[in-house]
This record gives sequence, C-alpha cells and structure tokens, in this order.
Amino acid sequence: MSQNQVAEQTLSNEQLLSLLRVMLKIRYSEEQLVKCYARGEIPGGMHTYIGEEAVATGVCAHLSNSDAVFSTHRGHGHALAKGMLPERLIAEVLGKVTGCCGGRGGSMHLFEPEVGFYGTSGIVGPSILLATGAAYKFKLEGSNHVGVAFFGDGASNNGAFHEGLNMATAWQLPVIFVCENNMYATEVAFAYASKSTSVASRAPGYNLPGVEVEGNDILAVYQAAGEAVQRARTGNGPTLIEAHTYRTRAHAEGMRDAGYRTQEEVDSWKARDPIKLFRSLIIENRKVPLGEIEALEAEMLKIAEEAARFARQSPMPDPATVTDHVFCQP
Amino acid sequence: MREMTFTDAAREGLAEEMALNPMIFVVGEGIGPRGGNFNTTVGLYELYGEMRLRDTPISERGFTGLCTGAAVLGAHPVIDFMFLDFELDGLGELINQTSRIHWMSSGRLKVPIVLRGGVGVASTGPHHSSNLFSVFMHIPGLRVVTPVFPADAKGLLKTALRSDDPVMFLEHKKLMKIKGDVPEGEYFTPFGKANIVRPGTDVTVVAISFMVIKSLEAAGVLEKEGISVEVIDPRTLSPLDIDTILESISRTHRLLVVDEDYSPCGAGAEIAAQVMERGFYELDAPVRRVNGAFSPAPYSPPLEAAVVPNEITIAQALRDLLVE
Repeated sequence: MSQNQVAEQTLSNEQLLSLLRVMLKIRYSEEQLVKCYARGEIPGGMHTYIGEEAVATGVCAHLSNSDAVFSTHRGHGHALAKGMLPERLIAEVLGKVTGCCGGRGGSMHLFEPEVGFYGTSGIVGPSILLATGAAYKFKLEGSNHVGVAFFGDGASNNGAFHEGLNMATAWQLPVIFVCENNMYATEVAFAYASKSTSVASRAPGYNLPGVEVEGNDILAVYQAAGEAVQRARTGNGPTLIEAHTYRTRAHAEGMRDAGYRTQEEVDSWKARDPIKLFRSLIIENRKVPLGEIEALEAEMLKIAEEAARFARQSPMPDPATVTDHVFCQP
Repeated sequence: MREMTFTDAAREGLAEEMALNPMIFVVGEGIGPRGGNFNTTVGLYELYGEMRLRDTPISERGFTGLCTGAAVLGAHPVIDFMFLDFELDGLGELINQTSRIHWMSSGRLKVPIVLRGGVGVASTGPHHSSNLFSVFMHIPGLRVVTPVFPADAKGLLKTALRSDDPVMFLEHKKLMKIKGDVPEGEYFTPFGKANIVRPGTDVTVVAISFMVIKSLEAAGVLEKEGISVEVIDPRTLSPLDIDTILESISRTHRLLVVDEDYSPCGAGAEIAAQVMERGFYELDAPVRRVNGAFSPAPYSPPLEAAVVPNEITIAQALRDLLVE
C-alpha cells in the first residue's frame, strides 16, 4: 500500500477536510497577496508558495504549538499552516503595524512564536540549524516536542545542510528536515547544481532516514511526516524528508519567469496542482459532497478577502518605534 | 578576597550559573571531558554530563545556528570557540539571525547566548589572533564584553549568563593566566559601567582588553616623570560607558585610546567620535589613538613586536599628547 493510501484509510472525512481547509487558506491568502502586489501595495519582494501547499499542510498537521517550526524566504505557507492568521501575514507583507512583526520584516521575516512559528529567513540555510537547536533544547529539557526545518533544494547545497544534519544525527535530536525540492534554487536547476540524484539520497551518508515523497500529494506528505514526527517524539532521532514539488509562479513576484524552465514543464505541474488533486480524490474516493467542498471554498475565500481588507485598512507603523527591541536590556 | 587566574575566575562564574540554571549548556571543540583548550570548563563535564557540555564537530556555523535556535526556545547556550577567529565561519548566522531575531520578532523572542573565545596577538599568527572588537560593536543587538581582571572575568561572565541578549565575551589570551583578587561570594559586574583602574589628573587613557595592562605599565613609567595618567577600562564596548570617559576628560582634557585592534573604524574611532560630539570643548588637544598595525598578525617574534602596542609606544604617545 502506498503512503497516500495508508493515510487516506486512517483519516476521517473531517480530518481530510481540515487538510483541504489549510491548503485553501494558504492558496487564497497568497492570491490576495498577488493582487496586492499587482496594485503596488507591497513595498518589497515576495516569494509565493502557490503550488507547494501540500507540503506545509501535511507536515504541520502533526504539530502542536509547542513544536517549533523554522522556515525560509518562501514561508507564507509554513506560517499559515502552523497557525498564523491570514490577516497577520498579509498585513506584515504590506508593511502594516498589524502584521505579525509590526512591519519589521515583511514577506521573508515572519515570526509568530505564540503558535510555535519561530520564523522565516531571508538567508538560505539557517532554518536547518535553528530547528536543530530547538530540538537540542527539547532534548535538554526532556520534553517530546520536535523542531521542524523547512528548506528548499537550494539549501541542500549549502553548508548549513551538512553541518545541521550531521549534528542532529550524531546527537539523535528530535528534528524533521523537510526539503521542498521545487527543482530550482532561484533559477538554477538542482540537476545543474549537483550530481546527487536526489536530496534524500544523501541521507545514508549521515546515517539518518531519508524519505522521498510526491510533495503535491498531501496524503503522501502527511503519512511520511507523521512517521518522522513520531520517530522524533519517541527519541529515535531526525529524519530527512524530500518532497518533490513545484512553484508555479516566478521565483519572486515581478520577476521574469523565463530562460530556465519551459512552459510545458510549468503546465505539467499545474495539472498536478495539490489542491485540485486532493479535491478530486476526496470527492471520488470518499464521496464528500461537492456542495460541502464548495461551501468550504467560499468560507476560506471570504476569510482571505477579509484578511486582505483588514491589512489594507491597517495603519503603517510609527517610525519612532524602529529602534525598539534592538536589545532586551538597555 | 582570593587570588585567582582570569580563567579560573571565569570558570567559577560559569560553574555557579550552571548550578543555578539547568538551561545553560556549553558547546565547543574539546570542552567536554577535556575541559577546554584554555581550561574554560575543567571539572564541569563530570558534574553536568554531555547534554550540558557538548563536544562538537568543527562546525562553527552549524553550532552558532544551533545555539541560536536553542536560545530562542529558552535555553541559555555558551559557545566556546577556543579561538574567536573560528567564529568567523559562523558570522552570517551571528549577524543575520542571532543578533536580529529579538528585533525581527518585535521583541517576542529572546536570544540569550554567550559567545566566548580567545582574542589577541599572542604568538598565534594570522588565524588565531584576531580581536574583532569593532566588528561586533558595529552590530545592533550584540553585547561586546572585554574583561581584563580576574574579578571582572567572573562578574561579567555571570552578568552575561543572566543577560537576555547575545553577548560576545572576548578573552585576551595574554590575560588568561594573570592572577588577581577575586571577591568571595556572589557578585555581578554590570555591563555599561567603565572602571577607572588608575586615577590621574593630566591625561586620560581608555584602553581595551590586554592594553589596559600595558597602559598601566606606561602610566607607571610616566609617574616617575611627574605625569599623572588616568587609565579607564571600559569593560564593555557595547554598551559603552561614554559618560565615565567624558567625566574623566572634563578633569584631564586629553584622551588617548589604546587598542591592539586595527585603527580604521575601530573602537578608538568610535570613542573619539563620541568624545568629539559630546566633549569637544573639554579637549585641550586632539584625541589620539595607539593601535595595532593595520596588518594581519604575524608569527615571528620581531614581526609580532612591530605590530602590537607596548608600554614604550604607549608612554611615548602620552608624552607627545601632553605637549600638544
């Protein structure tokens, strides 16, 4: 039985719909952000997660607010899947005082520790080390919480990957390394940047389990992540998950999306859109009524639209606060 | 009072804090059963075991990031770099993550972490002699501590281990075996409070790290010439106690900054600029600096002697300043 079939058999309809709910929350929130960008309302850059929603959703479904997630420059999806409210995300990307960091960070610097989201990074690689450190703390205190690092195929060719995986495995730390292999580090193909056949194929060199999953199949991700989280919680050390996925938009909004990949390739991945795939699956295999799904879609769209409205109407931060929080102690 | 070495006093401070706070752990190469290349952790592994005294692979970037993640979740890591030069492999993590997460998270996350290591020229050549004071002073969010005397090594390390901010704890290798009086009982040396280690009336010297010792020697030489030199040890470069320096200048009206580190954009440049901004009308002469040569640290003794300030060059700089 494949991983996705295992998950499908163990999840109730309610659980399946909650996965769809999270994926829709991410998709619709980002579609609002894309509109904001087009209107010129976003002062800086923005990397969308559109097409990769199944990975964050499938992993974070296993986590509580006590587990610590660290993410990347493409982190909107991780933040929302971990429990950040869409209005907190959108307001932050718009640079508003109501954003998750009061407009200090924008798209690439999202923090919501109250839900266990310990931040995204504009630098590629640190999430691996920071999550390993969170895991160290959990092991030190003897809790069964886990650290999770999301990162891309680009980070897998960065020294942080080597040092983080090596230490986590040497010390058997409760951490899950989730590599979202979307095939391109900005616009440099993984196949060009490395002779490794995959990211997961490197795992045996560190002596930790390496698992490859179809990253656009939410149930496959859910199953693999569940096993990895269980392994970490029970003191059996880290896991590397490589989720094959694809961003269907440009590296960043406003960037020319040509010269490194073909339209045929983009179209083939759009045909395997994780939300479409999952929607069909639960209608066909689980006989979830179409009306119920459409109602959920309408509800999530309304949440995203209201979040965007809230963010757009929110005030800008007070310039006098810019040097607050440089230090904890004066 | 007892007499202890700088390293023994610092280790006593670490041991006291580790006994009180189970979230303090130390990482580094050889800091476990071996007790550290500079004896920074001798005897602690036997007390606290490997989760709290973790020998590491040579992964400076890796464990800088790891300790930052652990600190964010509420631990209080100590990174023992042995030679602080090694931290340069982790500088990206230190500046982009460690120093900024508190600010980036709007003050919701704290990064309490002590990054310690040997600095300074000590027959150690180009890759084991950096001071880097101003590199760290330049970064918002980092505290920069330069203990000189054993009592301060302990008191400042204990303060660092109670601080919620990341602290660079920079230990000059030539200070590590110097003995000095250390008070009995618990005490903390505050950050941002300079120490007038030798009062004087004719000229003020602000000296950093090991240069305090050399400046005191120079002051002793000049005393015989009838010149009274006030020597200030800032103890912490961030925060910098500029008020104590200004108060001293209001009495002496002359300032020499002595720093083994490089002159351009150095700690002395910053101190001079702040004095110019706030104490210009107190000065009877330009602020002068004595620095190490603007060169990597050499190995061969005559080359090394040409690079670092000493009591003779400091004394001469003071004589020159007094006739300006």
